[in-house]
Amino acid sequence: MTYENKNKPLDKKERIKIPRQEMPTQDPKERIKNFREVPYGLTPELAMMEARRCLACPKPLCMSGCPVEVNIPEFIRLVTEGKFVEAAKVIKKTNALPAICGRVCPQEEQCEKVCIMTKKYGAIAVGNLERFVADYERTQGKIEIPKLPPSTGKKVAVVGAGPAGLTVAADLAMLGHKVVIFEALHKPGGVLIYGIPEFRLPKAIVKSEVEYLQKMGVEVHTSFVVGKLDTVDELFEQGFDAVFIGTGAGLPNFMKIEGENLNGIYSANEFLTRSNLMAAYDFPNMDTPIFVGENVAVLGGGNTAMDSVRTSLRLGAKNAYIVYRRSHTEMPARTEEIHHAEQEGVQFMFLTNPVKYIGDENGWVKAMECIKMELGEPDSSGRRRPVEIPGSNFVLPVDTVVVAVGNSSNPLIPQTTPGLKANKWGNIEVDPNTQMSSRPGVFAGGDIVTGGATVILAAGAGKVAARAIHKYVMGIPFDEPKVEAVKSAAK
Amino acid sequence: MFRILDKRELCEKVQQFRIEAPHIVQKAKAGQFVILRKDDSGERVPMSIGGLDKKNGILTVVIQEVGKTSGAINRMEIGDQLADVVGPLGIPTRVEKFGHCICIGGGVGVPPIYPIAQALRAAGNQVTTIIGARSKNLLIFEDELASTSDRLLISTDDGSYGTHGFVTTILQKLINDGEEIDMVISIGPVPMMKAVVNTTRAPKIKTYVSLNPIMVDGTGMCGACRVTVGGKTRFACVDGPDFDGHEVDFDEMTKRMKMYTRYEKVAYERFLEGECRLAKKAEELH
Repeated sequence: MTYENKNKPLDKKERIKIPRQEMPTQDPKERIKNFREVPYGLTPELAMMEARRCLACPKPLCMSGCPVEVNIPEFIRLVTEGKFVEAAKVIKKTNALPAICGRVCPQEEQCEKVCIMTKKYGAIAVGNLERFVADYERTQGKIEIPKLPPSTGKKVAVVGAGPAGLTVAADLAMLGHKVVIFEALHKPGGVLIYGIPEFRLPKAIVKSEVEYLQKMGVEVHTSFVVGKLDTVDELFEQGFDAVFIGTGAGLPNFMKIEGENLNGIYSANEFLTRSNLMAAYDFPNMDTPIFVGENVAVLGGGNTAMDSVRTSLRLGAKNAYIVYRRSHTEMPARTEEIHHAEQEGVQFMFLTNPVKYIGDENGWVKAMECIKMELGEPDSSGRRRPVEIPGSNFVLPVDTVVVAVGNSSNPLIPQTTPGLKANKWGNIEVDPNTQMSSRPGVFAGGDIVTGGATVILAAGAGKVAARAIHKYVMGIPFDEPKVEAVKSAAK
Repeated sequence: MFRILDKRELCEKVQQFRIEAPHIVQKAKAGQFVILRKDDSGERVPMSIGGLDKKNGILTVVIQEVGKTSGAINRMEIGDQLADVVGPLGIPTRVEKFGHCICIGGGVGVPPIYPIAQALRAAGNQVTTIIGARSKNLLIFEDELASTSDRLLISTDDGSYGTHGFVTTILQKLINDGEEIDMVISIGPVPMMKAVVNTTRAPKIKTYVSLNPIMVDGTGMCGACRVTVGGKTRFACVDGPDFDGHEVDFDEMTKRMKMYTRYEKVAYERFLEGECRLAKKAEELH
């Protein structure tokens, strides 16, 4: 089906004259009272207008910036022609989760960063277009299951139904392998379900993308904790030819400062899991409660911190602070999330670090002592190291704190899989060319390998793993390594 | 999937369920726990394992009604199914030949002592079990524990049965009598566990406690279940549930367990009101 295309062809000069098309969004004053998605998405007209800005470079840079190798110029060309469903199919050839990636990828760090238009005219809105075509395909009921090759008779177990695991499952199913996903939580999706809030990624979309995989023959077992119920070795004994481990983020990091176990202090994992997976924002209709006071401080500057602080506003916080030890420039969160948080009235306290919590007689946090920081010399991450300014301590009254300073690894699989090498942080060591671990046939990817990272990096690792798993189970030798095998990414 | 095969009231507000969960039962060991979810709107609640019927794949849990979730589960009937039973979670209780072990259970902490006493005895230990309740009619699992212990001692707060006093009254007497005790494990309300470790601290008896703090995922992700042990933050779901009792900060744990009291009250009242309305409606219909 082709959307009616009344547009005339444009030359290059005309194309660059078109401004970047913005997605209409919910009014900040309204949206902090609900959990509905913030952007409404592009309309077909806006999408076609935006797509027409693409210069169709003979040597497109955008593709090199995409961890999952989406054929960006081709899908954008189809959008200019109004062929939205066809465009979605092009994306789905390499990315099974377009409606998700269109929403949560840091495009400004990837495809849009290297777009030839970026510097002078603003990048083509690749992410918004990806999201648009995926939504169009879904809402028009045009999702079709691709033709699958005949079964190879090989079986692969995927541990964890997050972005890494879902990508592995999709790619292997497309190659004719039987895939069974084992998910510890009661719903598949991993961080897409428990972590990322509804207002940024509606859960119905995750559900739909998982159902797409199920229609491709992928089996999903929920509430199945590998390592406790069956171990990796037992999965092999049951006839699986390879196992992929994508168990994601593990235990939350805390800052190890005084008073951290006072009531009212959450890890971001817990805070978001209560609100998202358990839908505690709908208490008491839902049984899981969540406490949000009037003054909420969220520690950290990443996407998880933005998700937490924006959730707290929607749950009634009067003052919602981001407390971050570096400055605005160093914040690792997506630009769009920071922008949305600012619009919604989040108060940013940069160059500030908590030193201890002060509790009341019942064990509830009532204040946080902070110290001001300044930026010193660059550290190993290349960012300027924050240094405390002596004597700059001050007290911030807070009744809720969300600690969003990263995760360490989940110990369940390394503990119960003999011969599986993990580094000192508990992250599984893999060969980056194949994502294969020290155990032949055991592959891993996503946060369990890299420590806390992004959805798309996990999906990218899933793609590399799927390719290697295919070779492994089919007895095809791996390619010569492109990258020198190094230990899993440093923290 | 997780069908209730049998249900029995052990005492007021305490129900014993036998649940079909063959895979979990096959893997579970004494001291581990499961997470239950009643239905799609339900919360994830950690529950101790009160028995493992390995032959038939049946899991026993004993639930005391203290709020909405426990109340709603306790009203489920034989043949009903739980949305989820996740497990076995946590590290099993350390079972080896210690010599003379004392297993102490209080309240609904009594049932999980049963598989532990069984395992310790099977490992060649001499097992003394002490169980306590406020009153004789609230005492549960007496027969089960009598059958798996070399000696079963009972206390009631009101003196209606066994020794008048607490489980620690009995424990203190055993210590005073000069009994050789190589290990103590205790499961029950926090004040009871705290009293037990205070009793064994001076004579330096190795004492394990099985903690049941608030959890959400229970698989090492959310960090809700953090407890301070030996001055360090530990996670009961993956580092526990058993910890060296002499190292646990029980006062902090007590406060943390009250984090949602206000919400629990709202949910429970609403639940009971709903039940009242239903009962009235049923009456009107008749």
